[in-house]
Amino acid sequence: MKSASIINISRRGLLAGMGASTFVLAVGLPGPGRAQDEEPEFGRDAMPNGWTDDPKVFIAIDEDGIVTITAHRSEMGQGVRTSIAMVVADELGADWENVRVDQAPGHEEKYGNQDTDGSRSLRHFFMPMRRAGAAARAMLERAAAERWGVDVSEVSAAGHAVVHAASDRSLGYGELAAAAMDLDVPARETLTLKDPSTFRYIGKSDIGLVDNMDITTGTTTYGIDVRRDGMLYAVVARPPVYGGRARSFDDSAALAIPGVEKVVAIDPVDFPTEFAPLGGVAVIATNTFLAIKGRNALEIEWEDGPNAGYDSETYRETLSNAANSSGGKVVRDQGDFDEGLAGAARTIEAEYYIPHLAQAPMEPPAAVVEIRDGKAEAWGCVQAPQVTRLRLAERLGLAKEDVTVNVTLLGGGFGRKSKPDFVLEAGILSQAMNGTPVKLTWTREDDIHHSYYHTVSVEKMTAGLDESGRPVAWLHRTAAPTIGSIFAPDPKQQLPFELGMGLLNMPLDIENVRAENPEAAAHVRIGWYRSVSNIPHAFAIQSFIAELADAAERDQKEYLLEVIGPARKVNPTDLGDVWNYGENPEIYAIDTGRLANVIEEAATGIEWGREMPEGSGLGIAGHYSFVSYVAVAAEVSVQDGIVTVPRVSIAIDCGAHVNPDRIRSQMEGAVIMGVGQALMTEVTFAEGRAQQDNFDTYLIPRMDRAPQRIDVHLVSSEGGYDQPLGGVGEPGLPPVAPAITNAVFAATGQRIRQLPIADQLRT
Amino acid sequence: MVNLVVNGVERRFDGDEETPLLWYLRDELGMTGTKFGCGISACGACTVHIDGYPSFACVTPVSTLEGAKVTTIEGLSEGGDHPVQVAWRELNVSQCGYCQAGQIMQAAALVDEYDTVTDEDIDSVMSANLCRCGTYPRIRAAIKRAVEMKS
Ligand code: FES
Ligand code: FES
Repeated sequence: MKSASIINISRRGLLAGMGASTFVLAVGLPGPGRAQDEEPEFGRDAMPNGWTDDPKVFIAIDEDGIVTITAHRSEMGQGVRTSIAMVVADELGADWENVRVDQAPGHEEKYGNQDTDGSRSLRHFFMPMRRAGAAARAMLERAAAERWGVDVSEVSAAGHAVVHAASDRSLGYGELAAAAMDLDVPARETLTLKDPSTFRYIGKSDIGLVDNMDITTGTTTYGIDVRRDGMLYAVVARPPVYGGRARSFDDSAALAIPGVEKVVAIDPVDFPTEFAPLGGVAVIATNTFLAIKGRNALEIEWEDGPNAGYDSETYRETLSNAANSSGGKVVRDQGDFDEGLAGAARTIEAEYYIPHLAQAPMEPPAAVVEIRDGKAEAWGCVQAPQVTRLRLAERLGLAKEDVTVNVTLLGGGFGRKSKPDFVLEAGILSQAMNGTPVKLTWTREDDIHHSYYHTVSVEKMTAGLDESGRPVAWLHRTAAPTIGSIFAPDPKQQLPFELGMGLLNMPLDIENVRAENPEAAAHVRIGWYRSVSNIPHAFAIQSFIAELADAAERDQKEYLLEVIGPARKVNPTDLGDVWNYGENPEIYAIDTGRLANVIEEAATGIEWGREMPEGSGLGIAGHYSFVSYVAVAAEVSVQDGIVTVPRVSIAIDCGAHVNPDRIRSQMEGAVIMGVGQALMTEVTFAEGRAQQDNFDTYLIPRMDRAPQRIDVHLVSSEGGYDQPLGGVGEPGLPPVAPAITNAVFAATGQRIRQLPIADQLRT
Repeated sequence: MVNLVVNGVERRFDGDEETPLLWYLRDELGMTGTKFGCGISACGACTVHIDGYPSFACVTPVSTLEGAKVTTIEGLSEGGDHPVQVAWRELNVSQCGYCQAGQIMQAAALVDEYDTVTDEDIDSVMSANLCRCGTYPRIRAAIKRAVEMKS
């Protein structure tokens, strides 16, 4: 019954293009329209609406030779607009100063999948974008050859022009553009891709961001910056408890404020909430300040609903009880854990707690919607423009074709902006104002109080060590509410894609392994947060290995490498992980040699093994996620219970490097976000209400808590640009917190089993 | 009625007297370069210069600005060539870029005022400004670069 409901949701999700292929793969079903006996699809082929490499979709060249490349993935700081342009421009033979970037609206039938999540923009689109550039180059060459009446083999494109060397003639791209774009797109198998040794942009570190000038002069447009003629401004008072509703409200004081135009009730939300607005009372005014002032003047009586009692301290005990009980669903079973433990020389146990987190992108959710002649147009900072379009159309009662979703720049995303609830709110309010454009802004309090929170979890680890201190039996129980709870009525089990984030696919060389997933109910909206379930799994596993190393009186790094074992390729399916980030398990087998290698690199970078002064220590952690390998070595100093992290070395192997500078910046950012998770960041609940409000209480690192030195090591693996690419945006994060807490142990002898450290070390 | 100068242009404000400068700039003047991040002086996204000093526009009522000169990111320089802006581009500081107007305004005040800055100066001044993407290491480097460029 339960799985059936998930399947239904999966199907609906897939048909709706919401990126839920995840769920379908997870429950082992073929996608709709594919017969049972057909080959399963992976990677970009398996994504809703797939991909295209049609140059006419992505490339336009005007008569002045300006090349406009359309980015169909959302820019939220990972640099994708620049990276996609680098790939296309390089294959096209375009000069960088003549390249511009346009942003595609949500239209997957045209552009292919646009869900910018899962660290897969380049993993999925590197090759299609190369081919698009190469095809356009071929078309320009053909147009030139026709113009000159010579054979196409005699001409070649380079430096924004096609040349005929024999006659020393040359035509600029601008002169050829119109004729070239009239030609048919050459067949995929006829294309010649550039030899990587001739790349001018791909793999180069000196490419400036395409939005650099606009960002540094304040002329970019994020969702919150969109302006339309006659636009009104709105904020919403939402039920403070998930699933609550306004029983009654008095808006007379609000409406008495000059500039407050209207107060609109938004319907309460039903479970499962998916991406629907939470309901509440909206205030629409002539500017944002007046809307906020009007909201402050509302008197609302809330009915809190079924989650009124949610208290994170009490709930931690609930999770702990579940994680300490047998009988949870066995999700991985290899060898015989019980027998292995019975034969072990000693048993070590530890329990870890990882709190709720809010993505808190620096730009809070914000969107504008206007409706004219039965057609809605939206502008928003959305990671998933297609699902935004579909849900907005449904909510407004319009056909999909009558809804346009324009994607602005995103002031950070981290998973929050994959959920378009805020765009739907703007749509509802525009509709209530007869189509007048309405900008809906979330204040920071709204964002912290009503996030799609990172789950909360208790991870219980048990290991049996043999005489030599090596683990011979390993049990990992994970108790955490599932993201599935926003898609299906009250599921209590983690979905396979969550379990596949570091739990099932843990590639350690241990004979007897069992993983269990006891039930846990959700009491808040749970959603993706950068690197998702890898956060708790990596924290528990990498902390626990360090604890075992200590029990075995071994060097942490040496012991970690020993437990990873010899270099080998592990098929994740053999570990019970049928998901593998949606990728083909043979092409993307887990390579323990690459994992060991990044650990060595990170260790070398921090000068592992050096003598540390009193109160200082080194720690290390390595983790495989998003089909990339990352290790972090951290140096900490603990004075009067205050932890500082002066230096971090992070190494990533993500296959070939498309935009090395942005790989580095993602690693730097991941380190700082991870410092926050280790030291200070958490959301707690009492009486169903988030206890943090804004950046004064929801703490993220400021510059004075950021490491003075972060060394990023990009590891090159074999295979050059032919090898499959790994993810970059997310995999940096999971190993950061355990590396820091392992270093705290080295510095103080105190083991941190609960994040964040906060004042645990203060006496 | 309040008279002030924003990026060299005289402005007259007669709205709700509690209106913070931030929303006046963004919603009334249409100058959206100055960002909203918290509204409570906790993030620095709204940093502007008021009579040359870096200030949080989100907690500064326009009604207190009679005769003041306000400079926003849009007015920091002609053509984006303040040393801080140039250094920001050279080092590809930005990730999402959302906090960077505030960071640049904060850093510009620092760089304009001092000919040398220490790591401690940078950390203590710039800790007023949050960056969720984690661009701090590059901000530090870019400020040093801008100081160099200035001299
Ligand atoms: S918006 Fe003003 S300090 Fe955050
Ligand atoms: S660059 Fe994204 S918040 Fe600073």
